[in-house]
Amino acid sequence: MRNTFVLRWGQGLIGLAALIAVLELLPRTSLVSARYLPPFSTMMTALRRQLGEASFWSALLNTAQAWAIGLTIAMILGIVLGLVIGSFPLLRELTFSTIEFLRPIPSVALIPLVVLMFGTRMQGTLVLVVYASLWQVLIQVLYGVQDVDPVVRETARSYRFGRMAQVRHVVWPTALPFVMTGFRLAATVALVLTITAELVIGSPGIGKQIAVAQSSGAVATMYSLVIVTGALGVLVNLLARALERRVLAWHPSHRSEVIA
Amino acid sequence: MTAEKLARTATLGAALPALLLALWWVATADSTDPYVPPLSLIFSTFPETWTAERLQHDVIPSLARLLSGFVLAVVIGVAAGVAVGSFHGLRHTLEPVLEFLRAIPSPVLIPVVILFAGIDDTMKILVIVYGCVWPVLLNTVEGVRAIDSVLTDTSRCYGINRSARLRHLILPGASPHIFAGMRQALSLSIILMVIGEMFAASNGLGFSIVQFQRSFAIPEMWTGIIVLGLVGIALSLLLGLIERRALAWYFGLRRSQRRE
Repeated sequence: MRNTFVLRWGQGLIGLAALIAVLELLPRTSLVSARYLPPFSTMMTALRRQLGEASFWSALLNTAQAWAIGLTIAMILGIVLGLVIGSFPLLRELTFSTIEFLRPIPSVALIPLVVLMFGTRMQGTLVLVVYASLWQVLIQVLYGVQDVDPVVRETARSYRFGRMAQVRHVVWPTALPFVMTGFRLAATVALVLTITAELVIGSPGIGKQIAVAQSSGAVATMYSLVIVTGALGVLVNLLARALERRVLAWHPSHRSEVIA
Repeated sequence: MTAEKLARTATLGAALPALLLALWWVATADSTDPYVPPLSLIFSTFPETWTAERLQHDVIPSLARLLSGFVLAVVIGVAAGVAVGSFHGLRHTLEPVLEFLRAIPSPVLIPVVILFAGIDDTMKILVIVYGCVWPVLLNTVEGVRAIDSVLTDTSRCYGINRSARLRHLILPGASPHIFAGMRQALSLSIILMVIGEMFAASNGLGFSIVQFQRSFAIPEMWTGIIVLGLVGIALSLLLGLIERRALAWYFGLRRSQRRE
C-alpha cells in the first residue's frame, strides 16, 4: 500500500520534471523562439524578482481578497436561497425556469455594465464572481434538499420537529455533501472570474499584472505570473478538498476512506 | 389530466420571469440614470441594433469561433482522456501536470496565445480549445475509469479487439461523463469567446458589446448583453437536446434502476 503510494508520487514527479524539461529545451534548441517562450529557468528568475517586489504581494492580496469575499457572498446567498426554494415545492416550480434561464448567461456578458458602474474598483470584480459562482452553489443545494429521505422527513415530522429543527437536523446534514461539492466548484469558478475580471477590466490584482507585463513586453514576467495563477488554482483545489474531507468526515462516503 | 399538469407547469414557469420583467419595466420606466435605461428603450433599440447585417458580421463569426474551438476541444479531450484513462502508468505520470495545467485560469492564456498566434481567429480558437479541453479530458478519464470491470474483462475474454472495444464499450460507457464535461466546456467556451473578442478583435459579439460600452451607447450595450444571454441559453438547450438523444439509453437505464 505504502509502496504504491511512493511509486505514484514518484511517477507524478517524473511527469512534472518532463514538463519542466520540455519548457527549458524548446526555446534552448530554438524550436520555439525564446521571445515567445523563454526557457523555464528564465521564467523562474523573473518569478524570483517578482517575489521580491511589494507590488506583486499587494496584487496577490487583492486577488485573494476579491476571491474570498466573492466566494463567501455566493456561498451564503446560494445556501440561503437554495434552502428556502428547495423547501417549498411551489417555489421550486416557480423559480425553475428563471434559474435555468439565468444560469447559462455567461457572467462575462456583464463586464461592460460593471465597467460603467464601478470602473476598476473591486465591487465590479465581486459582481462577476458572485454571479458566476452563485449558480454552482444554488443548483447543488437544490439537489441536496431534494435528496432528503422521505422516511427520515416523516419521522422528524412525527416527532414534531419544528421547521427550523427539521432544517437543522434533517435537511442540512443531507444537503451538506452537495453543499461541499458546490463549494469546490464555486471556489474554482470564483478564482477564474477574479483573475479574468482583473485581466479584462483592470482592477488591481494578479490578472492586471499579467496584462501590464504583456503590454510592456515583459514576456518572462508574464509567464511567471501565469505560473503563479496555476499554483493559486492548485492551492484552491487542495484547500477545497481538504475542507470537504474535514466537514464530511462523519459522512459514509468519506468514512470508508479513513478505515482503509 | 396530463394536459392540465403541463399547463400548470407552463404557467408556473412563466409566472416569475413575467413578474421580473414587469418589475424591471416599471422600475426603470422613468429612469434618468444613463446606465440603466428604461426597458422599453432597450426593447425598441433591439431590432435596429441587431439587424441582419450585424448578425452576419458579428454573431456568425463569433459562433463559428466558438463551435470550432468547442468541437476541437471535445475531440482532443476525448482522445487524450481515453488514452490517459486506459493506462495506469500514463495517468499517474501525468496527474500532477494535468492538475496544474487545468488550474491555470484559461483567460490568462490569452496574452500568451497572442504572442504565438497574433490576434486573429486562430488565437481565439486556440484559447477556447485550451480552456475547454480540461473539463472534457478529466471527465473522460473519470468515465473510462468508472466502466464496470466485469464488462471490460468479459469483452477481453471474448477476444474483442482494441478498436471494437473502444467503439462498443469504452466510448459508450464513458459517454455520460463525457457529456458532463462537454456541458462545463460549453459555458467556458462562451466565456472565452467573449473575452478573446473583448481583448483583441475587429468583429464579434464581445467586440461589439465593448464598442457600445466605450462609445456610451448604453441601450445598445444592454441589447448586446441580452443577445449574449440568449446565445448562452440557446447553446445549452441545443447541447441538452443532443445529450438526451445520445444518452437516451443511459437515462432509460437509470430510470428503470431507480424504480426497482
